[in-house]
Amino acid sequence: MQATLNAAVAPAYSPEVRQLLFDYVLQLADTSLLLGHRLSEWCGHGPILEQDLALANIALDLLGETRSLYQYAAELEGRRRTEDDLAFLRVATDYRNPLLVEQPNGDFAHTVVRQFLFDNFHYHFLQQLQTSPNEHLAAIAEKSVKEAAYHLKWSAEWIIRLGDGTEESRQRIDKAISKLWRYAGELTTPTPTEKALQDLGLIPNYTALQPTLDAYVAQVFAEATLPVPQQIAVQLGGKQGRHSEHLGYILAELQYMQRTYPGMQW
Amino acid sequence: MNELIANSQQLTAKIWQLLEEVSDPEVPVLSILDLGIVRGVRIADNEVHITITPTYSGCPAMNTIATEIRLRLLAEGISKLTIHNQLSPAWTTQWLSQAGREKLAAYGIAPPQNDTAMGHVLKLFGQDTAVPCPLCNSTNTHLVSQFGSTSCKALYQCNDCREPFDYFKCH
Repeated sequence: MQATLNAAVAPAYSPEVRQLLFDYVLQLADTSLLLGHRLSEWCGHGPILEQDLALANIALDLLGETRSLYQYAAELEGRRRTEDDLAFLRVATDYRNPLLVEQPNGDFAHTVVRQFLFDNFHYHFLQQLQTSPNEHLAAIAEKSVKEAAYHLKWSAEWIIRLGDGTEESRQRIDKAISKLWRYAGELTTPTPTEKALQDLGLIPNYTALQPTLDAYVAQVFAEATLPVPQQIAVQLGGKQGRHSEHLGYILAELQYMQRTYPGMQW
Repeated sequence: MNELIANSQQLTAKIWQLLEEVSDPEVPVLSILDLGIVRGVRIADNEVHITITPTYSGCPAMNTIATEIRLRLLAEGISKLTIHNQLSPAWTTQWLSQAGREKLAAYGIAPPQNDTAMGHVLKLFGQDTAVPCPLCNSTNTHLVSQFGSTSCKALYQCNDCREPFDYFKCH
């Protein structure tokens, strides 16, 4: 269902700002779509039933957020593309999600680390986005932040269980951290689009957000008896369309039905 | 219909009554009014506008609920209807009616406890306190998983009668 606002008055942005917002909202939508899709791959394969359900629930929340974002992006673009067109009919180099969310599920520890890195950013970022002067983004943030809080609680608790668990779980989470940490920095490294929107005061400033993220990592990792990785090179690219090989495979599956049967509906 | 439109106050009251008959497809014991997702009914230019809000962003029941509303009103001859989906203010379990809470408990789902204080959500390994078992009423219960069969529920288990049960979690 299409979401509408209380006061359905779209602010009159200049064409340049509209374009910036369109690009940025797509980036947010692509991000939650890809992570939601990755998590949904666990459905029926979770380590135990309750965690299978947790992964599917988190995926569903993210896909709900995705729909609100694509709908708003479609409205900003104003070229009659629908949310489905934006999700299913773009090529890999047009996707703007950070590299982190397209990384494979790996074992449960990999999924937990990827989720924790994302949730920590997502939750604290949405907290700030709620006060954006852009009413659309503020409303989506207000809705999603409540869900993101439950996600962050889930992934933080699993970081602690695995880190301070058995020898096996510790070994696995160490491996996952050393593999995935390099992708965390992209979340808070602004692209030129994000920089421009931050300068306009429309989206939160990541530099100001960073200490909050670091403090939460430090708190959770201390409880997990895990050392916080230091000075790891940051791998950038996804937010500007330079993706890892994984994205193409995801899209091949995700877009299959719409590509094969254009305009198909459930 | 036209007669009713003439008296929009009367029509609005009637629509609220009809909405009481539309239930949540995932928790059928609750009406959408009990659930607190109907945010407004107004009539403008001979058209009915109903504003609803999702419980969770990805709630798959929203489309079904919109269709059910449409069908219920159509059965009364009201066809000029627009349903608005509003995200802000975000839905909260505080909007669950008292009647709704009682219906949930009778149905076997523990209603949300202390949902005015949401600060506990991020308390690691914390759980909502005094969640009563809907079978034996014991509050000696524990959280099994924060995520259950639908977005709005968590899984709990009673330490006394050992029965697992759904808990309509605070949001």
